[in-house]
Amino acid sequence: MLEDYRDVAPQGTVELLRQLGRRVEGKTMVHVNSTRYGGGVAEMLHRLLPLFEELGVKVRWEVMSGSDLFYRVTKSFHNALQGTKQRITSEMYDAFIECNRDNAKRLNLDAEFAMIHDPQPAALIDARPHGATWTWRCHIDVSTPQHSVWQFLRPFVVRYDAAVFSLPKLSQRLPLPQFLVYPSIDPFIEKNRELGPDEIDRVLQRLGVPRDKPILLQVSRFDRFKDPVGVVAAYRQVKRSHDCRLVLAGGTATDDPEGAEVLAEVQEAVGTDPDVHILLLPPTANLEINALQRAATIVYQKSTREGFGLTVAEALWKGKPVIGGETGGITVQLIPGVTGFTVNSPEGAAFYTRRLLNEPDLMALLGRQGKEYARYRFLVTRHLQEYLGLHIFLRQRVRNG
Amino acid sequence: MTNRSAAMPFRFVSCMELREVLGKRAMDEHRLLELIEEVPADSIYYHTHSYFLRHAYTQQLYSNDFATWVVLYAQDRVLGERLGVLDPFDFSDIEQLRDEILRIMADHLNHSTAVPRCVVSEPFEFIRSHIIEIPLGLETKTLSEFHDALADVEVGAVYNHVCEARMRKRLLSVDFARWLSSEEGLGLQELALNVECVGRLGLSLEGMRNKILRLCDQELARQRGLHQSGDRDA
Repeated sequence: MLEDYRDVAPQGTVELLRQLGRRVEGKTMVHVNSTRYGGGVAEMLHRLLPLFEELGVKVRWEVMSGSDLFYRVTKSFHNALQGTKQRITSEMYDAFIECNRDNAKRLNLDAEFAMIHDPQPAALIDARPHGATWTWRCHIDVSTPQHSVWQFLRPFVVRYDAAVFSLPKLSQRLPLPQFLVYPSIDPFIEKNRELGPDEIDRVLQRLGVPRDKPILLQVSRFDRFKDPVGVVAAYRQVKRSHDCRLVLAGGTATDDPEGAEVLAEVQEAVGTDPDVHILLLPPTANLEINALQRAATIVYQKSTREGFGLTVAEALWKGKPVIGGETGGITVQLIPGVTGFTVNSPEGAAFYTRRLLNEPDLMALLGRQGKEYARYRFLVTRHLQEYLGLHIFLRQRVRNG
Repeated sequence: MTNRSAAMPFRFVSCMELREVLGKRAMDEHRLLELIEEVPADSIYYHTHSYFLRHAYTQQLYSNDFATWVVLYAQDRVLGERLGVLDPFDFSDIEQLRDEILRIMADHLNHSTAVPRCVVSEPFEFIRSHIIEIPLGLETKTLSEFHDALADVEVGAVYNHVCEARMRKRLLSVDFARWLSSEEGLGLQELALNVECVGRLGLSLEGMRNKILRLCDQELARQRGLHQSGDRDA
């Protein structure tokens, strides 16, 4: 499997990974998170773990289980830690601790290295076996949390050997080493694998998106922070000078009242324009997203607030110029004028869209450079390398006292 | 002379960088100056050298993060230019480089009337790097073997043998050059001198690799020429 990456990863990567692998061969490792399917963390673990195994690491993946109450509590924690005020009762805190205690008894946590993902299993630190190295891997933005929730979680977090964040600006001050590891995309999964022109045509035909004019695309939930209404405003300005289509592809919003509201606002902004396509796709629509990204002329991720925003890396990997909001991880993926452009308004997005549509050579250049940048910075092979390096480093640090 | 075999082989060692966030943030140039003074040397190293590893195929404004940040976020082009021109290869160790950065910043701020502030809420985040060496199990004894291996290795090996060797390990010279010039190596003084200069050309790691390969090609061609003229003379 690792050999498959030889053609897509930077030169020498596979050899480097094999050499790194020798240093952790036979070691035991456990990853713990709260779901095996759905969400970016599970998606990444599905890809990373077989690669660890191939390098000789004895790796396991343990998944928390809990009552509906526990998942409601952790959903509230998640929102509170990301800055949305929540009402958390003492019963909810108790339920969180109780569920972690139960899972500590049920899960096999016996390993030399443990990586505990996100807040849900953070309290498992109480069950750390003697001599094991434990890392808390935080994938969410905890930079401006609800104080009471962070104060509850912090005493657990500070007992880890290290924490890992995706960006410094998503982190918190902690009295333990904090490392920086970008998340990654896998070029071989359905969402990113190569597609032939016929396959792309078939999917777009099925989705009802003609390929007769340039396609501007944003793939994201109908969420205010993703600014879909701003994307429509940018398209309107571009449309005055360039005939093009706009595709807004996002998840259905049945369980999210705000999502339904935002969708209604977008529909109102679009009106009856036949060149705008709003596609409500299920979470499993990976092939459709892949085909849309490959068919797009320019990809937007015009967020006003964002975590890492891996949809940008997905588009870069497909050789597309990207225009993104100047926020979160978008700023490390888009190097202005090199891999895309970052903007702060619909007007900025319209300006760069027009410029790119007028300069096909520039579009092609950004696409090429973007793909190379993604190859070096955002593929799963780099992610694996950094996790291996982290374990080697922490082990060494523990050994050296 | 052609294809001389070294008594001591050159062993290629690549490296990877782990980034540790220090939790120290500057929102303006005065705070940036204070923090540059107090952060560990590994952090100064990261912000002036790791550029090579991070941006192999893309280029920000300048090759050191301090210069880029003051231009982009503190809107101070003059200070950015003064810091941007600093060549880390001009300094024999990180502390010397830190002193020069502090001297330039203090001089600039002493002569500024306004306090340039970060205007887009993007603070300067101090990071330190930990380098993990990864021996590649690749040894070469002749110049042509060295050339072929260098052409194929992961680019982190170029970083390790050029930047790390000189600055963090304080060897004061590039690993490649030391081996090429030493008697246990290939004893090629002139080639070694040229290779030593490669780090100072402002090239990316791939650029450095290509430049060293070209220098090796030239030396191999020269040796072949000598060899052929020797044959004719005989």
